[in-house]
Amino acid sequence: MSDILAPGHTACAGCGEIIGERVVLEAIGKNVVVCQATGCMEITTTSFPTTAWKVPWIHVTFENASAVASGVAEALAQQGKKATVVAIGGDGGMMDIGFQALSGAMERGHNILHVITDNEAYMNTGIQRSSGTPKYASTTTSPAGSVLPGKGEWKKDILMVCAAHHIPYAATASVGYLDDLKAKVKKAMEYEGPKVIQVLTPCVPGWGTDPSKTVSLAKSAVETGIWPLYEIEHGKVKITHKTKELRPPEEYLTGQKRFKHLKPEHIAAIGEHAKANYERLLSLETSSLQLF
Amino acid sequence: MPNQIIEGSQAVAKMVRLCKPKVLAMYPITPSTHIPETLAQMKANGELDGTIIRVESEFSALSACIGASSTGVRAYTATSSQGLALMHELLFATAGMRLPIVINVVNRALSAPLNIFNDHQDSMSERDSGWIQLYAGTNQEAVDMTVQAFRIAEECLLPVMVCMDGFYLSHTYEVVDVPDDIKGFLPDYQPEHCYLDPNKPMTIGTWAMPEPYMKLRKELNDAAEKSVGTIQKVHDDYAKAFGRGYGDGLIEVTGEGSTAIVSIGSVCQNIEAVAKEKGMQLVRVRCFRPFPRQQLIGALKGKKSIIVIEKNAALGLGGGAMFHELRSALKGSDAKIACYVVGLGGVDVTLDYLRKVADSADSLGDGEVRWQNE
Repeated sequence: MSDILAPGHTACAGCGEIIGERVVLEAIGKNVVVCQATGCMEITTTSFPTTAWKVPWIHVTFENASAVASGVAEALAQQGKKATVVAIGGDGGMMDIGFQALSGAMERGHNILHVITDNEAYMNTGIQRSSGTPKYASTTTSPAGSVLPGKGEWKKDILMVCAAHHIPYAATASVGYLDDLKAKVKKAMEYEGPKVIQVLTPCVPGWGTDPSKTVSLAKSAVETGIWPLYEIEHGKVKITHKTKELRPPEEYLTGQKRFKHLKPEHIAAIGEHAKANYERLLSLETSSLQLF
Repeated sequence: MPNQIIEGSQAVAKMVRLCKPKVLAMYPITPSTHIPETLAQMKANGELDGTIIRVESEFSALSACIGASSTGVRAYTATSSQGLALMHELLFATAGMRLPIVINVVNRALSAPLNIFNDHQDSMSERDSGWIQLYAGTNQEAVDMTVQAFRIAEECLLPVMVCMDGFYLSHTYEVVDVPDDIKGFLPDYQPEHCYLDPNKPMTIGTWAMPEPYMKLRKELNDAAEKSVGTIQKVHDDYAKAFGRGYGDGLIEVTGEGSTAIVSIGSVCQNIEAVAKEKGMQLVRVRCFRPFPRQQLIGALKGKKSIIVIEKNAALGLGGGAMFHELRSALKGSDAKIACYVVGLGGVDVTLDYLRKVADSADSLGDGEVRWQNE
């Protein structure tokens, strides 16, 4: 393990996000500037005057990681300095409040790798619903009750939205498949321009899971088709981890506190939604259709 | 070509070009838009070295400037009104991160109702953000302040907003001397305190627990108060090099009289004419942040009556921000201090109106606030 992110940070045991960041940065190496949105990563790694970062790192506000990265990337280019510029934020920081900054940076074409560490809710503020929260998940602002079964809407398809900016590379990844994540980061770095990687990063307190289960859950999300691993390269879809038969959704959902209220019909709906999405991706791959 | 008949925005843009910012972020908003438009045309003509980032909001404009400045280069943007308000969160972050970014704020009223015309509510509402705030009285001064702002910012490690009145200055053509060369006055920016470079990793923009947080905020306040000396020194150096100065750099006093009018911005051109007619003194505030307390106390010593005329209102308190701050600074003085809130949303502040203001001096009570339209 490299020394890009030093031990001594205060992330939870089993934190998926810090695993994701560490592996992304290991794949990039030390010639990097990290632009981080507000969130757990800032809080757990940079309590003034300490830092866990051994690479240049900047945080400004919640909603502007990709805009800050735009300035960093252009200023480094002005100085003739070559370094990989990464904008990292959670689902809140990239899919909700920072979505405009992300979209603007992609549209302008800056040479930036945008990483969404997706733990599917506002975890740093105490597990509130985001557009990345899956349907039926119970959060503190979409709690399951006697009438409502958690969040009422399906998760935002941010990767397709990003790909629709005509960027050269967009991919999902999971901390359950670290080699796949590393390979995707390296592949992304081969492209000039905007790249997006959306990494599933289970959150122990947010999902209500055991710290030892982070990686196996992140695998199970893939095996059930709930989190398919795929990439969109120059507008063409390719599934990077194919599953002959998707595992039943309860294998992933059971054991997570956020889903413990689910009734069989909810589980069935999640399974059908995942299957339809997986089949849609498969047919896109088979057709070789250039989507964007 | 030094002396030329030129629009205020274009004159400022020419000076910005001479200051050689490496990154310029741009987002349109009336009435600041002519500045980025002029700079964009320079870029299109191959006359501008810096990289222009045409962002998708003012929030991203300042965000991109923060990112650029954090790598150790000069960064610049211009905005007005709603645009500055949208930057609010980042204004505090910029100052807290001690980044020497310069913004030309082309002053305009804030919604609601929506209004594109001039007053000072936009920048005055950001007075506690930690930015140095300079207010130009003329287009010439806006040009001179812009180059001074970069040097002040980089010497103090504080961001600076150069405020110029929307339309009255930004869209007005008049004779302005834009120097051809300012090299000696503004050295290249060489950051030493912090910059993002893989060869020397630094963590910038951390969070802090209460004690270190408050310590850093106190340091920021001290730096802002201390910047008074740098602002004056830079002003004096410029005056020496270019033969043009404005009072002591913080305030400019013209005329004499037992009654003083204290004001800010381009309306001072009209006030100066009326004050001269009426045998009154004008104290024009050039620098509102840091607040030039000692200079104002000195200039207003022994006055019988002081009238503050300003284009912003501390809603719910009555009067403008400058009036309240001046009253606080002059506590214990025998002078009677009153305030006129004028020109909100671009209401014309005419010579005739200002004559009435001057004639009202004896009838004003201490602490009295009057609005132009009441």
